[in-house]
Amino acid sequence: MCAVELTTDKRTEAGVLVNDFVIIAATVNGSGSQTANNTLVRALFKMGIPVNGKNLFPSNIYGLPTWYTIRLSKDGYVARRPDYHVLAAMNAKTQAEDIEKLASGGVCIYPEEWKLKQTRTDITYISVPVRDMVKESGASPALKDYVANMVYVGAMAELLGIDLAEIKNALTYFLKGKAKAVDLNYFLVEKAAAHVREHFADAPRNFRAERMTATQGKVMIEGNAAAALGAIFGGVSVAAWYPITPSTSMIDALMDYAKELRVEPDGKTTLAIVQAEDELAAAGMIIGAGWMGARSLTATAGPGISLMSEFSGLAYFAEVPCVIWDIQRMGPSTGLPTRTSQGDVLKTYYLSHGDTRHVVLLPADMRECFEFGWRAHDLADHLQTPIFVLSDLDLGMNLWMTDPFEYPDQPLDRGKVVSFEDLEKFGTWGRYKDVDGDGITYRSLPGQGPAYFARGTGHTEYATYSERPDDWTKNLDRLARKHDTARHLVPQPISQIADEATCAIIAYGSSDAAIIEARDMLKAAGITTSYHRLRALPLGEATHEFMGLYERIYVVENNYLGQMAQLLKMEYPAFADRIISVSHCDGLPLTARWITDSILEKEQK
Amino acid sequence: MTARTVKTNALGLEKTAYKGSESTLCNGCGHDSISAKIIDACWELGLDQRYIFKLSGIGCSSKTPAYFLGLSHSFNTVHGRMPSVATGATLANHSLICVGVSGDGDTGSIGFGQFKHMLRRNVPAVYIVENNGVYGLTKGQFSATADENQRQKYYGVNYFPPLDLCLEAIIADCTFVARSFSGDPQQCRELLKAALSHKGMALVDIISPCVTFNDTPESTKSYAYGKANNIELQQIEHIPPGLVIQRQEITIPDYAEGETIAVTMHDGSQILLKKTDNTHDPRDKQAAIRLLEQSKAEQKFITGLIYIAEPRPTLGELERIADTPLAELPDERLRPSREALAKVMADLG
Repeated sequence: MCAVELTTDKRTEAGVLVNDFVIIAATVNGSGSQTANNTLVRALFKMGIPVNGKNLFPSNIYGLPTWYTIRLSKDGYVARRPDYHVLAAMNAKTQAEDIEKLASGGVCIYPEEWKLKQTRTDITYISVPVRDMVKESGASPALKDYVANMVYVGAMAELLGIDLAEIKNALTYFLKGKAKAVDLNYFLVEKAAAHVREHFADAPRNFRAERMTATQGKVMIEGNAAAALGAIFGGVSVAAWYPITPSTSMIDALMDYAKELRVEPDGKTTLAIVQAEDELAAAGMIIGAGWMGARSLTATAGPGISLMSEFSGLAYFAEVPCVIWDIQRMGPSTGLPTRTSQGDVLKTYYLSHGDTRHVVLLPADMRECFEFGWRAHDLADHLQTPIFVLSDLDLGMNLWMTDPFEYPDQPLDRGKVVSFEDLEKFGTWGRYKDVDGDGITYRSLPGQGPAYFARGTGHTEYATYSERPDDWTKNLDRLARKHDTARHLVPQPISQIADEATCAIIAYGSSDAAIIEARDMLKAAGITTSYHRLRALPLGEATHEFMGLYERIYVVENNYLGQMAQLLKMEYPAFADRIISVSHCDGLPLTARWITDSILEKEQK
Repeated sequence: MTARTVKTNALGLEKTAYKGSESTLCNGCGHDSISAKIIDACWELGLDQRYIFKLSGIGCSSKTPAYFLGLSHSFNTVHGRMPSVATGATLANHSLICVGVSGDGDTGSIGFGQFKHMLRRNVPAVYIVENNGVYGLTKGQFSATADENQRQKYYGVNYFPPLDLCLEAIIADCTFVARSFSGDPQQCRELLKAALSHKGMALVDIISPCVTFNDTPESTKSYAYGKANNIELQQIEHIPPGLVIQRQEITIPDYAEGETIAVTMHDGSQILLKKTDNTHDPRDKQAAIRLLEQSKAEQKFITGLIYIAEPRPTLGELERIADTPLAELPDERLRPSREALAKVMADLG
């Protein structure tokens, strides 16, 4: 592997790294480190420093190790970095390995009571009497574990120069202003900060958080919350779901926002949310609701997608609108439920038996989670078909900074619907008759328009049962025409063409953050790339044109098989030999470092 | 009920207006009789077909919605999953009447879980099981309601006890549970009318002989068996709202004191249950459970209204969904305002 040293690591003359390093908190799952980590992220964000938090957690309620990484990047990079510089070692079981991986020159904060043997000479050890401080705080036994994590918040605040006032503000924000809770937590923050100030006055302060203005006007949100908010503004009125990591928090957010945004003056709701008995039932419910004319959605993950396979085919063939969010996690099988991947691309595109192809949206950031959240419902109604949205754990469950969301720029698109009154104008009406030549026919809603018989069996233009070969092929031809229409209607890819580029990158979804950084790293190494970010399936002419421009196209994605590379080869066989799959899947979000090295290695051959 | 001389119903429609397309089931199929009774029931109740929708799963029974109420929307879904589609559809529009048609394969096997959860949630629908104990379309496999030790030419002996769908419904807190026999058109029709008047989920389990695969003399789901062994719990008569007074004048004198139970339904209609030799009180849940257990042990073919109770709140009521059907809400009630988004963003900043 080529290891060109790229200079994203810019130290000042005094050897200090300002707003460009990684913090990691290694804790025990279930010990309540979330408030501590969120507080650090928000305090840094409020200091105007671009920041990204990632929770690398186990599939477990209590006891297994968990890590939370916080990247500060004055350049605004928000992808995962594989290295870290400031460690809060709070998990005795993993401390040896955690300390071993700490970057040279790094800082390790750990509980004094461990009486740790300080074996590394190239790092700074900072011990804090966690147990004594918690005792002194007077925290009840139930809260002890939780508040103990505030010790590393305080130690870091002192070591890194994080404004204590911002820490207190963040605590107030997350603890919803409850003064007693804020005071208890903040007591430990101050205590730890004072301890470090007093006992480690001479320890090097090589990593510094300094105020910037780069986050002004921005907000922080998790992708699942952004998606739920988008759906709310898309007018979703029926949601059915079955709990599955990492999608559950999307429904939690939907419930929270529904209480705020979708309750009528009489206290009744315009959004019904039902916890189904399984994913099959969740799919059935949203299809029933979509057929009836409501806007419906479910959120699930890979195993749920597998279970929804049969129903997805029914909705495709009977042409029923609904929206299915897949917050992707690792497969095959149960895989790693709390780890991220982009492994459901081929599965969802072709979900169900027979010749089925779906529309799949690929949000890459918080704004797209929101935008595709409402747009998916417009597309579902317009195209009368299930719309899949492929987010993933990295987008969905981590905190990202973002520009505020824009209000939908168009009214709700209800598509072609025929009412009782319209029928008089139409004279005759065929539910599956392609009047406009775009493959999209006129549907009718129970209680609101003329009756037809919806079915998953073979049917004519008039929705009557048919086994005739010509009816069958005519229907599939029309569905193919509709799929082609969809190519123009879905969010179009975004191309960044560099005139001097000799090769190109195609990517999608959450990989975007790492691609942005990797392109800068590649450029620094002398390789200029163009970039084409796919935002939906089916693929369209813009992608075809882009592929015509470059001899070498690196398709970067977070799965093992290189699924999008395969799909591109299948769709555009004439360009198949231009496609080089750069795929990786180990449960972690892609890093710019890995992408850069992978492409460099191939380019320098 | 005696034959009525009127040829049109409350909507001024003839019964033929409630027909569907021609059946493609086997000649003599019990399911066709049930379709005819659904037509009778809806016509007699004067229901507007535009505000009824029909759902079904997969199988012979699930084909039948094509053969009745041709002016109602219908959705022939996937095998065993009609309950979940009904759940979503009724949430989306609670102002319509949902008629679900299913078979014993659909309900008792592949969709058993969904059936139970639909009952548990009290999804407002008339759930009709066209129960013949056999898989017809795949040529005669036993279903989960087939008799224990029943023999089939190809598949041998069924060693497993049958599931009793009525019993399952009662213990899942369904508040309207009836069993009928497709060879008893009058009872079938009256029970369907009563079910259509019930608020919440109503189960009507109708034994419906499969003339091709399960009409043998030894089958308890054959015409011959049903005709010979049907023990009717009551004579049932459904009296629509508005007709109550008039009908009372005619019918009440015929009923001796203490032998008639009058149950007022949610829509204001009444069902009059005239006791036969049986002493079963369908308002008694434990009695209903005992009755079903007993008739199973004694191999008795009991039909009629087995259990009825004060309706539980429906799913939509528990969800507190808006009075306007969700599917008919105007855009401005679905999409919050620009100011609402600005406030959410400000809270996140």
